[in-house]
Amino acid sequence: MWGFLVIQVSGLRKLYGDTVALDGVDLHVREGEIHGVLGQSGAGKSTLLRCVNLLERPTAGTVTVAGQDLTALPSRELNRARQRIGMIHQHFALLSSRTVAGNVAFPLEVMGVPRAERARRVAELLDLVGLSGRGGDHPHQLSGGQKQRVGIARALAGNPSVLLSDEATSALDPATTRSILDLLKRLNAELGLTILLITHEMNVVKSICDSVAIMSGGRIEESGAIADLIRTPGSRLTREIFPLPEPAPSGSVTLTFTGDPQRPVVSEAVRKFDVEISILGGSIEELAGGSVGRLRVSITGDTAPALAFLRERGLLVEVTP
Amino acid sequence: MTWDEMTPLLWEAAGQTAQMVGWSTLFTLLFGLPLGVALVVFDRGGLRPLPALRSVLGVLVNVGRSLPFIVLMIAIIPFTRLVVGTTIGTAAVVVPLTVGAVPFFARLVETALREVGSDVVQAAQAMGASRTTIVRKVLLPEAFPGLVAGLTVTVVALIGYSAMAGTIGGGGLGDLAVRYGYQRFETLLMIVTVVLLVVIVQVVQSLGDAVARRLSHR
Repeated sequence: MWGFLVIQVSGLRKLYGDTVALDGVDLHVREGEIHGVLGQSGAGKSTLLRCVNLLERPTAGTVTVAGQDLTALPSRELNRARQRIGMIHQHFALLSSRTVAGNVAFPLEVMGVPRAERARRVAELLDLVGLSGRGGDHPHQLSGGQKQRVGIARALAGNPSVLLSDEATSALDPATTRSILDLLKRLNAELGLTILLITHEMNVVKSICDSVAIMSGGRIEESGAIADLIRTPGSRLTREIFPLPEPAPSGSVTLTFTGDPQRPVVSEAVRKFDVEISILGGSIEELAGGSVGRLRVSITGDTAPALAFLRERGLLVEVTP
Repeated sequence: MTWDEMTPLLWEAAGQTAQMVGWSTLFTLLFGLPLGVALVVFDRGGLRPLPALRSVLGVLVNVGRSLPFIVLMIAIIPFTRLVVGTTIGTAAVVVPLTVGAVPFFARLVETALREVGSDVVQAAQAMGASRTTIVRKVLLPEAFPGLVAGLTVTVVALIGYSAMAGTIGGGGLGDLAVRYGYQRFETLLMIVTVVLLVVIVQVVQSLGDAVARRLSHR
């Protein structure tokens, strides 16, 4: 489905004194995908992201971006490699002494792009993020969402092979978050931009990520394409997206169905088999790949053939013993 | 003493003060700015951590800061002779003034640079900017309003220090106040000198504040 691995992190460990921040992390991000790393604060996701462009030097392990092992590069080459890795930040990290255009031009200056070329590229980038005409403003004149747009334009200046997003929407209100996520999704679709984002908000993962890694205590607990994880029994991602009372009551059945939620599989099962099905809880969520539903039911009667029928129809059926 | 007698004296003294403060401000900028940058860059967690060198610089700055100016002026007389070939006169005062103000200004530079958010510095690192680029294009421009404020405070301090220049024949408004106002009981001249000094300091401070405010885009 996707091309080669743009980011390959393997066996990553990071120690701060005796504190273990990363405890053997492997991460693979494919070209063209939006990959989320989800976790509570302190889970190590920020350290992980900062290891990808070597803002933090890992204690052990390797980081390969666009085929280059960054951990092996001398500092001059590392700087050149970083010019092809865009990054956006939670608090935007714009230079207050420069105008919007000056901020976007900064990475181009670092790369040694000539002045005329810079001006052209800056105009193009500001247009791309919907800020044309604001180039002369200073960051303090902009709203949070606009500041992050400047951050995104700046991050894209060097035509990066990958964009790293460090909690880019965590300082924004819900409506602005929505518009920034839409922008990232659009850039991903239009430019084929690969995005690695870290977040503590499930909402971000649900709305734009193709795949996700769930982190806790410096380890990745679960990772993969969202569509695959949803179909994996006992998946933590599924449990967190669809909060049902835990633990499930003994004898209850949890059904996860993808695709058309209108499809009347449950009533079909009731009609075909001698069973009663009562719904204990459940919800339907729109995910990046389509809608997914999860139902907790209790089934009485001739359960075995009914469950087999549901499985046959492509539902994930988990029976609590 | 009449106004007509005072005016040329005041002009001459004001000119000497301006010369001493002007030259020493220039040299203080020249040496203090790099020193302040070094204090930040070589610090633990700085762009280029060199803790041993940083400690040495820190101690030097503290020694310079702990000497009262009048003591410093006398103590470095051999050094002054080495640099300007004389130990008396206006030129000879510029040396101790600079030596006294450099550590003071360097600390203010250090404080101003530390105000620059680490997130901005890291963003520049993430863009592949070299350390020199980060100092030139991030740290100094972002800290510019703070640097101007620091320089203003330094100039005011230099005006104060320069009042002691009379001790080694440097002249200036302070010297005028001591020689005429105090030793010859010319109370009017004393008052005029004091008022003049107050006005000069006010003007310098307001000018510095205005520039710093204009440059600030926060």
